[in-house]
Amino acid sequence: MQSENFEITFCPYGESAVLINWPKEISTRTLSDVMDFKKIIQEHFKSLCELVPSYQSLLVIFRQPIDFEKYVLTLRKLYKKRVHTKPEPMLWHVPVCYDFDFGIDLEELEAANKISVKKIIKLHTEAVYTVFAIGFLPGFMYLGGLPEDIHFPRKAEPRQKVCRGSVGIAGAQTGVYPQESPGGWNLIGNSPIRFFEPASANPCFVSVGDKIRFFEISKSMHELISIQVSTGVFELAKEVWHG
Amino acid sequence: MVEVIKSGFFTAVQDLGRFDFRDKGVPISGAMDSFSALWANELLGNNPNDAVLEITLSGPELLFHEHTEIVLAGAKIEGFIDKQSLPMHHVIEINPGQKIRFGHVLRGCRVYLAVKGGWQTEAILGSRSFFQPISQKSHLTKGDVLNYLPFDKTLDFHANMKIKNDFLFDKTLAVFPGPEFDFLKEDDKNRLDEFTFHIDSLNNRMAYQLQEKLSKNNHSITTSATLPGTIQLTPSGKLIVLMRDAQTTGGYPRILQLSEQAISVLAQKKTNDAVRFNLL
Repeated sequence: MQSENFEITFCPYGESAVLINWPKEISTRTLSDVMDFKKIIQEHFKSLCELVPSYQSLLVIFRQPIDFEKYVLTLRKLYKKRVHTKPEPMLWHVPVCYDFDFGIDLEELEAANKISVKKIIKLHTEAVYTVFAIGFLPGFMYLGGLPEDIHFPRKAEPRQKVCRGSVGIAGAQTGVYPQESPGGWNLIGNSPIRFFEPASANPCFVSVGDKIRFFEISKSMHELISIQVSTGVFELAKEVWHG
Repeated sequence: MVEVIKSGFFTAVQDLGRFDFRDKGVPISGAMDSFSALWANELLGNNPNDAVLEITLSGPELLFHEHTEIVLAGAKIEGFIDKQSLPMHHVIEINPGQKIRFGHVLRGCRVYLAVKGGWQTEAILGSRSFFQPISQKSHLTKGDVLNYLPFDKTLDFHANMKIKNDFLFDKTLAVFPGPEFDFLKEDDKNRLDEFTFHIDSLNNRMAYQLQEKLSKNNHSITTSATLPGTIQLTPSGKLIVLMRDAQTTGGYPRILQLSEQAISVLAQKKTNDAVRFNLL
């Protein structure tokens, strides 16, 4: 399939990396072009480089210092040769318990924003989110696609300790804390799923470009799934997403 | 094996880092001053990526149970084996039952202790570098035990090479313009080479903050990848230099990028030390 050409720019970044920028626009269309380009660079350079995609940029980090101009020529050629594949990302169905024991900011959000807790949960579980980047912590997803009615500003004072699995909202973003960490997001629930498992060869099942949808579970189901996850018998529901 | 009798201020196992998981948000970690870690391994005839101990500011006390050889490189530190002083950049033979102990760093910030064949701690995701919670620990504590390979005289290798590492203790940091270099105010940009900055008390394996600020600004970027050695500009004008354990993405403008060697130079700086930029 013929792909749309974006006005991309190449920028040297230190001695061994090239940063590729797309026009400033947060969209799945841009992200899908980032991923198409990533694929052909990976096929060409194989293990000679590491690639970090994110929203509207792609960092190509080589193992050794490079001649920037020469590598940009190669990268430009690869961009022309890239093939647009109809994105068929994985959609992961992630269980979340929105009980007040976990959703410790829900009541405050309800009062401050004149929106019922029920509505917050409904909107949060209806949307299909796109993973635009993974960073901040190992396995931390930057999710786009949060309905506007539940955009809530970050808390004025961050908490010293946010538990693993906490599901939060900050501005237009929602996400899950993959480990205990300080954090300033409004906490609305908790997921028993582990988004980063260092002991596994594939430590993080999610990749940039994937889709996420949350579904509500009860507190007792949260307990049950937690046990299944820690004994390694839980299987997350997934499907190929056709849009 | 070695028994940790005292841990020192912050002593950790590090190799050259944990690669290939940056797109999953995993920092690369690895020796802060990779120049010195590589040198310590080279003097022992080890592989470049063999794990070393990174000793920060004050050193541990270690009891060795088997025969081996070690090398110290990087910061200058007071260290003793029995009552004898430990030399830097020399292969030191250790006999079973010998204890080595360290005092404070005298020059620089981080010392590398390499052992023949490298420290045989658990490799996780392709690296032995400590980084919590990927590794169980962030640093050694009293009572920890570290293994090393049995000593093999036939593999004995004594490199006798002189090292020039004075640059590590120099103020100058070689920097390249970063992707958002143009976000700097003209005035700051033109005078960057003239400023002296001092290291803030907020300095660790994740990042070094600098005390002096540049002009306030209101730039931010859409979350994008960062590297060790990236200098971020915050809205208040404060500069944050990302180091080996830094997160893999960020939203502050990346105004400068340290050269690989300058990362090692900065890793040898401690609170209140002065640095200057040499823009390449």
